[in-house]
Amino acid sequence: MDLQEYISLVFSDYTLRTITFGTAILGAVTGMLGSFAVLRKESLLGDAISHAALPGIAIAFLITGIKDGNVLLIGALISGLIGTFWIRGIVAKTHLKSDTALGLILSLFFGFGMLLLTFIQKQPDANQAGLDKYLFGQAATLVESDVWMMTISTGVCLFILMLFWKEFKLLLFDKDYTETLGFNTQLIDILITTFIVLAIVLGLQTVGVVLMSAMLLAPAAAARQWTNSLATMVFLAALFGALSGVFGTAISASQNNLSTGPIIVLVASVFVMFSFVFSPSRGLLFKQLRFIKNRRDLELHKTLAFMFHIAENHKNISHPHAIKILNNFQGYTRKTLQKLVKKNYVTLHGNMWSLTDEGFKTASNLYNQQSRHE
Amino acid sequence: MNKKIAVKVDDLTVAYNYKPVLWDIDLEIPEGVLMAIVGPNGAGKSTLIKSILGILKPIAGSISIYGKPYIKQRKLVAYVPQKGSVDWDFPTTALDVVLMGTYGSLGWIKRPRQKEKKAALEALEKVGMLSLKNRQISQLSGGQQQRIFLARALVQNASIYFMDEPFQGVDATTEIAIINILKELRKAGKTVIVVHHDLQTVPEYFDWVTFLNVKKIATGPVKDIFNDENLTKTYGINYKVSIQE
Repeated sequence: MDLQEYISLVFSDYTLRTITFGTAILGAVTGMLGSFAVLRKESLLGDAISHAALPGIAIAFLITGIKDGNVLLIGALISGLIGTFWIRGIVAKTHLKSDTALGLILSLFFGFGMLLLTFIQKQPDANQAGLDKYLFGQAATLVESDVWMMTISTGVCLFILMLFWKEFKLLLFDKDYTETLGFNTQLIDILITTFIVLAIVLGLQTVGVVLMSAMLLAPAAAARQWTNSLATMVFLAALFGALSGVFGTAISASQNNLSTGPIIVLVASVFVMFSFVFSPSRGLLFKQLRFIKNRRDLELHKTLAFMFHIAENHKNISHPHAIKILNNFQGYTRKTLQKLVKKNYVTLHGNMWSLTDEGFKTASNLYNQQSRHE
Repeated sequence: MNKKIAVKVDDLTVAYNYKPVLWDIDLEIPEGVLMAIVGPNGAGKSTLIKSILGILKPIAGSISIYGKPYIKQRKLVAYVPQKGSVDWDFPTTALDVVLMGTYGSLGWIKRPRQKEKKAALEALEKVGMLSLKNRQISQLSGGQQQRIFLARALVQNASIYFMDEPFQGVDATTEIAIINILKELRKAGKTVIVVHHDLQTVPEYFDWVTFLNVKKIATGPVKDIFNDENLTKTYGINYKVSIQE
């Protein structure tokens, strides 16, 4: 199947279209809100929330007896929110640190959820089958109404985000200061947290409890590498998230029997890896290259300064000296000498060297700069 | 002296857990002083400021700014938090941080416009940071970051300024630049309250001082009360500073 064929299939085939749009929108909204989670250093909160949603799904099913996606979603939302505010409560009221609180709530809620799931599975009713798909997610079960639900939620989220952009930014950067300016930080806090919980709950059906936090973090972590502006970061995170959804769906659709959720997460990780290595300002590759270049420049300058010190003592600055004396200087290598010759700072005559006028001028400037810094 | 009282603290007690961090503080800060709050680590200096600003909820006591509670007077007050209290790797620029100083008067939802931007640029100029306005904040030095924080407070155009260790980790040039701005503020009739660590510079920089160590030890003009007796009472050991004239 070539690319063109696939694209036309996306628009003509109901299932493929639903999944592609669903995962793209999901990726966009989780990426957007994930930026906030990452900047608040609450990366693991997503993991706790998604696990905390599981008992809500089970209880919603037990109460209503129907397996309607939206009903279960409300259950997940409620228990996700309860879990989140318990975490906040534990951190505020006890001496426990947030990582402990997160771990505690995550395992407690997940354990309870698993217990309820096994209980439900033992029921004679045939209707219960399939609740366990929330563990790992199953994109194939998405229907058009789910996509509409995601679209509306994303729209509301985007609207709130733009409306309170200034307040969100202020709170993320400096909470105490926000308080002194007269903003209700608790209200802003609840808004952000509620939307993060909502985004996670929306994705449970597709990506599942276990992998959901990656959807939140991976696009945001990748986006942070490329920009120093919050707005751009949020936009890029949404873009990376959406692309992960589209590519992930495409890969899983073209290869039989590969489940979509994990592939989306893997694609998102590829974005992260790529960004970590190749980002121009923060990436490992360019950082290392800059480091090596700086070192080389410094070595060269040091050697030139050493030569300058020797030449300085002679009336004629281009007075030739033996290369051997350079061995007294620790940073000296044959290579640096070669480079200095190439730059026309030094000329060689057999095993003697002498500074050129240009070399002398550069070196004395260098020397002046150094002493001014000290 | 029959000056107006800018800040009044009555019977303030604050505790994080069981042990009180501040115990029964009474304090009156007259308008127009440049005041240092000094005391050892854990004396509750930052806690005192944060309580006055309503960031911390006290167990007992009351606080008033020009006779009214903080919440009604917040537009008269500006705050410079400790530099280390925020993550400087946050994706934003120097100008953007200074603009945050205008958010309080803007209120909810409204965005900063030309007028606010102009005020922010002026504040940046005042602290000598105009040329770095578009710099990512993580690429600023400690002293430059402190200047940005000061500029953010200046934009608020307040009557009372609270500053939490503005001289910590800054270079000598920045320290002089900051103290000159603070003295200018005092000259303009503003009240400036600074949590301060370097006892040597107290007589040179400030005209008013409060000694604090969980309880209030003393408060008043530097020339009257900045002496060995109060220092010893506050720091617990036999403390002697040579006051340079």
